[in-house]
Amino acid sequence: MTPEIITATYKVNGEERTIAHPGHHTLLEVLREPLSLTGTKHGCELGECGACTVLIDGEPQLACLALAREFEGCDIETVEALETGEGLHPLQATFADLGAAQCGYCTPGILMVSKALLEENPKPGRAEIKEALSGNLCRCTGYIKIVEAVEWAAGMARGDDDAGPADAVFYGQRDGGTDHA
Amino acid sequence: MPEPDGLNLIGTPFRRVDGVAKVTGRTMFADDLTFPRMVHMKLVRSSVPHANIVSIDSTAAEAHPGVIHIVRGESMPDPFGILPVSQDEHAIAIDKVRFVGDPVLGVVALSEDAAEAATRLVKVEYEALDTIASVDEALDGTRDEIHDYGDEGNVHKKVSLRFGDVESGFEKADLVLEDTLFYEGNTHLPMEQHAAVAVPEGDGKVTLWSSTQTPHYVHRALTRVLKIPASHIRVIACPNGGGFGGKSDPFNHEIAVTRAALDLGRPVKICLTREEVFYCHRGRHPVTMRIKTGFAKDGAMISQHLQTALDGGSFGSYGVASTYYTGALQTVTYQLPNYHWDGMRAFTNKPPCGPKRGHGTPQPRFALEVQLDKAAHELGLDPADIRLNHLANADSITANWLRIGTIGLRQCIEKVVEGSGWRERYGKLPEGRGLGIACSSYLCGAGLPIYWNHMPHSGVQLKLDRSGGVAVFCGQTEIGQGSDSVLAACVAEVLGIDLQDIRLCVADTDLTPVDLGSYSSRVTLMMGNAAIQAAERAKSLISKAVSKRLEVPVGRLVFAEQRVFDATDPEKGMAFAEAVQAAESEFGTLGTTGSYTAPRSPGRYRGAGVGPSPAYSYSAAVVEVEVDPVTGITRVPKIWVAHDVGRCINPVLVMGQVEGGVYMGLGEAIMEESAFRRLPKKLSNALVHKFPSILEYKSPTFNDMCDVETYIVEDPDPNGPFGAKEVGQGPLLPIMPAVCNAIFDAVGVRIDQIPVQPHMIVQALEEKRRGGAGRYGPKRFPVVPWDEPLQVPTPMEGGDGKAVNAEQVGVHGGTMKETPKGTKS
Repeated sequence: MTPEIITATYKVNGEERTIAHPGHHTLLEVLREPLSLTGTKHGCELGECGACTVLIDGEPQLACLALAREFEGCDIETVEALETGEGLHPLQATFADLGAAQCGYCTPGILMVSKALLEENPKPGRAEIKEALSGNLCRCTGYIKIVEAVEWAAGMARGDDDAGPADAVFYGQRDGGTDHA
Repeated sequence: MPEPDGLNLIGTPFRRVDGVAKVTGRTMFADDLTFPRMVHMKLVRSSVPHANIVSIDSTAAEAHPGVIHIVRGESMPDPFGILPVSQDEHAIAIDKVRFVGDPVLGVVALSEDAAEAATRLVKVEYEALDTIASVDEALDGTRDEIHDYGDEGNVHKKVSLRFGDVESGFEKADLVLEDTLFYEGNTHLPMEQHAAVAVPEGDGKVTLWSSTQTPHYVHRALTRVLKIPASHIRVIACPNGGGFGGKSDPFNHEIAVTRAALDLGRPVKICLTREEVFYCHRGRHPVTMRIKTGFAKDGAMISQHLQTALDGGSFGSYGVASTYYTGALQTVTYQLPNYHWDGMRAFTNKPPCGPKRGHGTPQPRFALEVQLDKAAHELGLDPADIRLNHLANADSITANWLRIGTIGLRQCIEKVVEGSGWRERYGKLPEGRGLGIACSSYLCGAGLPIYWNHMPHSGVQLKLDRSGGVAVFCGQTEIGQGSDSVLAACVAEVLGIDLQDIRLCVADTDLTPVDLGSYSSRVTLMMGNAAIQAAERAKSLISKAVSKRLEVPVGRLVFAEQRVFDATDPEKGMAFAEAVQAAESEFGTLGTTGSYTAPRSPGRYRGAGVGPSPAYSYSAAVVEVEVDPVTGITRVPKIWVAHDVGRCINPVLVMGQVEGGVYMGLGEAIMEESAFRRLPKKLSNALVHKFPSILEYKSPTFNDMCDVETYIVEDPDPNGPFGAKEVGQGPLLPIMPAVCNAIFDAVGVRIDQIPVQPHMIVQALEEKRRGGAGRYGPKRFPVVPWDEPLQVPTPMEGGDGKAVNAEQVGVHGGTMKETPKGTKS
């Protein structure tokens, strides 16, 4: 059985590209293979880990569960779009500075979800950040540095200079005092 | 921030050197690579757990459009394995399969889709053998044997070591506790699925790019199985998308894909599915433990007898080392003058177990720390004090002959006790809420290499040129832990240059000197020391040339801020690039090397090779739990953790390792398990993985993760680079026992089993209400026919590190060396 080959035009990161690919291929496969956008990762290809998350018209979408051909005419955004000529996106800068990307494999998906969150909610609380990212697994960080990086980037994007991380984020607690109320 | 002693970069948070690549999608993981003419491979895997292969019919697969090649086990008859003592794996099974998932055939096609479709057309006929599902079944000598080597039947390894006079210790004790505990297996679950690409170079040479933590050992396995000179094979480890020990073995798919590429003369890639990653496994061994400890009234341990039974799965992997690790590190946290350990590992028809973060030590640590909590209650002592009052001594040698250097454990315990409000809150929280404490220690690198040799464990080369840039070559592998940043920082600190001026070339068996790999928490200490040596040698050459130029004595020159200058007159100096040019003019092309070999351990008995390390890290944790006594559901709102890292190379990365370790420990404590079940009789009755998917294998999400308060203790160790010790594995270890100890504080029942599940708490509470002990856990320990233990007098007894009865018990030689009895497929 030879797979059906289709020709389709995709608008990815603002650029239109017309390519031919097997009609049954997922958006994940099309991004990574014919479009060479390997920044988007796969951890399960079953919609379980969140690593492949991209934005479709600004909304997070698991690329491994999306039939590519359904997304012709949509604005598709991947991690490669975050950095511009002006430099890193605030999320990228804070993730790099806090080590919120350790192995970096889940990072592209988490960055895309975080970007969508901050566009909708410029000052999310911790619970909102965790809820937004609860479909993305990370095995390295324990999620803590990720939440801190999203909070910091949100502050940066708002121009709030006081939103930077506390000393303890970089060095740990220096003294024992904790409030146990 | 205060700067530690004269250091500029070390100790200050900096952006990791691979940070930008990782947040922009630039990092090239193995599956991101493509090459001209590249084709794809898929493996047909066994659907039965234990069987002889009667026939393989690949006719239909070969006829499938796009299929260009079939790789058979017969083309790679030589076995391999990570340890010299267990060369028991085949790239593709030849006449027998040993677990559901064992590869039986390779199919190569023009597209991954075609290869995958063709694997489903392969018909394999099997002749079923007995399935060994547990340690007990392995010990029952009547069943078919999985391997034709090992200590006896399906027992892979038995070992028995005794240090000191354990029996009299029990007689002298005021309290003797005996517990049986079980630690379920679990898996690494790295987010990246293993991938490998082999590229032949047309002249008989071949390069393999792979997601491996140990390119050097993969190199050796390829040479052995493919029978190509090592100098014709190049292995490059791509940055790993997480490892945690799961990418530390040479894997069958790495060898098979290289065979295929050589057969075809074109690049071949293989990328495993998530289900296949569960079959690669090498995860935490399920271990049943019996621990008997004699305590004095003040809580001091006088004697301990620990027995461990490991369910090893289908292959040796690191298993012999894993077995020894279930005994080796019981002695390094608290004083323990007399110690007896019996360990055994069984072969079973499951995916092979191996090294996961903590390698063999979380299980006995769980047993020890839970039992200490019980002892504290029996003796009316505070669980924090029973630990604080009997800590092992710094600069001492333990009963089992491990040399301990610095110990920051006292500070660790004090930090978490203070931070958690332990003194005010422990034992006083409302019913359903509780606190638990536990401690641990881990190696900073295994003292011995995996195969016997006298060469360095880590090597670094520097190339300096007139640009002022420094190229650093090292075989180390970045798996997310930050080893690239440690390497660059050590060189930058010594030479006083910017991280941006350093170019790294790593994990390439052709271009970089050997570093043994990212396992046993060895990289920071070993590579760091090698890097410092190489950089100091470069600094010495540059100093000589600059001294001559500036007419300033070498001893007065300072390397900082990308300059070399006179300490007494900082204006008098030159840019680092200019200094390198001066040295290049004086000495010719500049290059230096550095290497590191671990110090020799004092233990001289067989088995003494596992446990020694140049230094040990220490951790302590207090866990707070909320237990619902009706549903048995345990919630962990907060963990306080302190880790003695010796010295932070980069504090923010140390924080990340601590937090990540705590997270993984929490997962192991309350949800993660690699469980198996039998299919119904009317199907195949096969023993299959219960959860070979991320959806079913429960691991903590953002919403499950607790708050963590971290304390970093810095007590520089003379053996560490700038005093640094490990942080990648240690902080995971105290979490599981601290959770169980906190559950006892919350609801008064003992859960002697990991992961803790709601039904266990409900059952234990029910038992307690009926007047029982209020405990959930294993009721018995397998009946293991251990031999007479090797008796080793302790340092306190005036021993010399050797066993006194090696002849009688028929054990010879030192460490772990032994000759494999050979293996057929």
